[in-house]
Amino acid sequence: MVSCIDWPVSSAGATPLVRFEDVSKRFGALTAVDGVNLEIAPGEFFALLGPSGCGKTTLMRLLAGFAEPDEGRILLNGEDIAGLPPHRRPSSMMFQTYALFPHLNVEKNISFGLKQRGWNKDRASARVEEMLRVVRLEGLNLRRPDQLSGGQKQRVALARALAVQPKILLLDEPLAALDRKLREETQLELKAIQRTLGVTFLIVTHDQDEAMVVSDRIAVMNEGKIAQIGAPHEVYEQPASRFVAEFLGEANLFPDGAHWHLVRPEKMTLSATATPGGMAGEVMEIAYFGDRTRYVVKRPHGQVLRISRVNLGPPLSLEVGDAVWASFAPDSAVTLAS
Amino acid sequence: MRSGPSAFNRISVCLGLGFLYAPIVLLVVYSFNASRLVTVWGGFSIRWYAAVLEDSQILDAIWVTLRVGLISATVATGLGILAAVALARSGKFRGRTLFSAMIYAPLAMPEVILGLSLLLLFVAMGIPRGFWTVTLSHATVTLCYATVVIQARLARFDISLEEAARDLGCPPLSAFLKVTLPNIAPAVAAAWMLAFTLSLDDLVIASFTSGPGATTLPMRLYSQIRLGVNPEINAVSTLLIAVVSAGVVAAGLIQRRRLKSA
Amino acid sequence: MKRSWPAGAAPFAWLLVFFALPFFLVAKLSLSHAVLAIPPYAPRLDLSRGAAGLIGFVRELNFATYTRLAADRLYLLAYLSSLKFAAIGTAILLAIGYPMAYGMSRYGAFARQTLLIAVIVPFWTSFLIRIYAWIAILNPTGLLNQVLAAFHLGPLNLLNSQTAVIIGLVYAYLPFMVLPIYAVLDRQDESLIEAAQDLGCTPTQAFWRVTFPLSWPGVAAGALLCFIPMVGEFVIPDLLGGSDTLMLGRTLWTEFFADRDWPAACAVAVVLLGTLAVPIALFQRQQAKVLS
Ligand SMILES: Nc1ncnc2c1ncn2[C@@H]1O[C@H](COP(=O)(O)OP(=O)(O)O)[C@@H](O)[C@H]1O
Ligand SMILES: [Mg+2]
Repeated sequence: MVSCIDWPVSSAGATPLVRFEDVSKRFGALTAVDGVNLEIAPGEFFALLGPSGCGKTTLMRLLAGFAEPDEGRILLNGEDIAGLPPHRRPSSMMFQTYALFPHLNVEKNISFGLKQRGWNKDRASARVEEMLRVVRLEGLNLRRPDQLSGGQKQRVALARALAVQPKILLLDEPLAALDRKLREETQLELKAIQRTLGVTFLIVTHDQDEAMVVSDRIAVMNEGKIAQIGAPHEVYEQPASRFVAEFLGEANLFPDGAHWHLVRPEKMTLSATATPGGMAGEVMEIAYFGDRTRYVVKRPHGQVLRISRVNLGPPLSLEVGDAVWASFAPDSAVTLAS
Repeated sequence: MRSGPSAFNRISVCLGLGFLYAPIVLLVVYSFNASRLVTVWGGFSIRWYAAVLEDSQILDAIWVTLRVGLISATVATGLGILAAVALARSGKFRGRTLFSAMIYAPLAMPEVILGLSLLLLFVAMGIPRGFWTVTLSHATVTLCYATVVIQARLARFDISLEEAARDLGCPPLSAFLKVTLPNIAPAVAAAWMLAFTLSLDDLVIASFTSGPGATTLPMRLYSQIRLGVNPEINAVSTLLIAVVSAGVVAAGLIQRRRLKSA
Repeated sequence: MKRSWPAGAAPFAWLLVFFALPFFLVAKLSLSHAVLAIPPYAPRLDLSRGAAGLIGFVRELNFATYTRLAADRLYLLAYLSSLKFAAIGTAILLAIGYPMAYGMSRYGAFARQTLLIAVIVPFWTSFLIRIYAWIAILNPTGLLNQVLAAFHLGPLNLLNSQTAVIIGLVYAYLPFMVLPIYAVLDRQDESLIEAAQDLGCTPTQAFWRVTFPLSWPGVAAGALLCFIPMVGEFVIPDLLGGSDTLMLGRTLWTEFFADRDWPAACAVAVVLLGTLAVPIALFQRQQAKVLS
């Protein structure tokens, strides 16, 4: 089965570290992963983004070896890894629930994989110290998992997965359990760690902000299929489909024959007075975010527009129910393939 | 928050516990009775305990019972781990319905049926009845209890822990031994204890499947009880109750301390 | 996913040999007849004669044992009184066990754990010994009558009576009734009761409209767990009942040990099993549901 791809699967130039070729995975009647093609370059921070249940975890588990594809091949450094059990694959995984071993302390959790690889004690404990420094948890060696906070557990899980020097680190919703502030800090930290160590990261997330902040490239998934692959600004600015446009941020869509034109909220302007070419409407809702204000405007025939205005100067003196005119520059509209 | 116990709740619990414990307490008290008449108090004495220690039949029976219990509980727990893994992890497989039926049926089946059917098996196979037939029978029946206890724990066990171990380089068996087993160890210990106690306690299955030279303690007690009440039986019973209660209370306290610290 | 299946192979084979196979032997033997020999039944399968041996063997099997038992009023009485004892016992256990389990579930976490241990200890203590304790109490000169005499009452001759059997059944099986009910009540979300009260229920109404219906799985488990083995109970009717206390478990034991009539014992086992098949299947379904 060959899917038609109209974006570059690979990042330019480098030979891919991981390559999915027409990979499908079914659970009974459900096709969880459906004809996926993608390539991940060495040293890349790659994100799999999609709504819950779209098959992201399944795709990652295929790479880790916890499931085998029903169709297609997965190549690592050009070699088919079919049939290779998880313990022999050079990837390591950071689990969504962290999966820290409750009967082992922090140090033993981190050195678990090293012991399995036959590292001697000195080398392993040096590596443990190094990893604790990387995740900034020095001195917690002897704590048990149940004596750690959520953020600390997350770091130990990261240290444990990184300790074994994987060719590729797989992170399944690594930050989903953290509260928002900690999550945003950790996103930046993850990116810094990845850049310092140069390890390839594959992260799974359903949070588009997270994917955009951390990754070099994003694969957007929907119902088991890849909807688009590209750098964050590409998938945001030039979405390949209506699904991608609406999943990543907010979208104003205008029909035009068989096509749709997309205008992002921040590319629209709002005026309290009639403007030539402006679309008349009524303010339904005003939400103030500090740095920007978000307006919901309803046009007479029912279409709802979302408009975001950066608060550079004084706010517009508008109230719910006021008549307004919305407009956008023609070159800020993107035409979507239907 | 739970609303605290009402007067009715307190009375129900007290009467229930009183009913459960009164006969046991009386039995223990009368084991220290100097009188031979079990129901007449003749002063405090430990003469019946001394009598037990000199009763070679009882001592032999205790020894047989302990050996049967140790071996059968260990076999049952080992097989129980395997059975629990198969039931908890394999999803659907051919024969699963039969398998789980064979696990759950003995839990509720009248012991006379289990005893009779096992006996017929040994007769049909030409195995002479004795120590090993009792042990095998106890292992079979307690295997089911052990499986249920361990399976309940495995069902709550986060499978991603085992996957993490495999991801970090452990083959499946080693991942189970290094990560899953240490974490379900309390349940395995509880399963062993349960199997051991059930074996210690069993009269009916042992009566069917045992032979000459392998009289277990319950069989010995039963034949003495049939002859009438006897203070020596009270003394043996008290010893048995003491051992079992100590084990259960210790296990319970450990669990309760964990509950308090959590 | 199939990988774990070989783990089950050993216990599976074990149970096939030591649990399933023996039932066929019981069924087969119930179609044979008793003889004075060792082992005391005929025909015996002689495979050294090949197919002829098998055919001859099958020809000799018949339902004579069953017709013999059906014609004997004692067996019918034993059958009916087993069911009667088990039903009465289960009903009394529910009446005692439910309030007790509910009362336990009302205490704080620490007290609950202690009470749980208190109920479990007798459950782990020897069955035989606990029944024995009642002999000393119910004796004509026993403690019960000593107490009654102090109040110028009695004497009551309870030992070797149907009442004694019921007392013994209720006493021995009380933990089996309390524990499953308690397990369900303990897990119940307290905010459900609060919600019911918020919606206008008095505490009593909240109990009957929310707590009680939600505790049904525990009640069903407890009732099955008590009823099934009580039907086949041997030790209690044997030690506490009189010679006129007929129960199937005891009948089976007597046929086997006293009369050495193995086919009759097996036929009783088959009847017992047939009677209990439905409750056992219900119990299994319930357990499998709870565990998965
Ligand atoms: N082992 C499994 N058996 C059956 N269905 C599964 C299994 N694992 C995942 N699925 C199904 O496959 C789909 C994709 O799941 P998943 O990869 O976990 O999604 P995501 O991680 O994107 O939320 C879901 O519909 C899920 O229910
Ligand atoms: Mg997922």
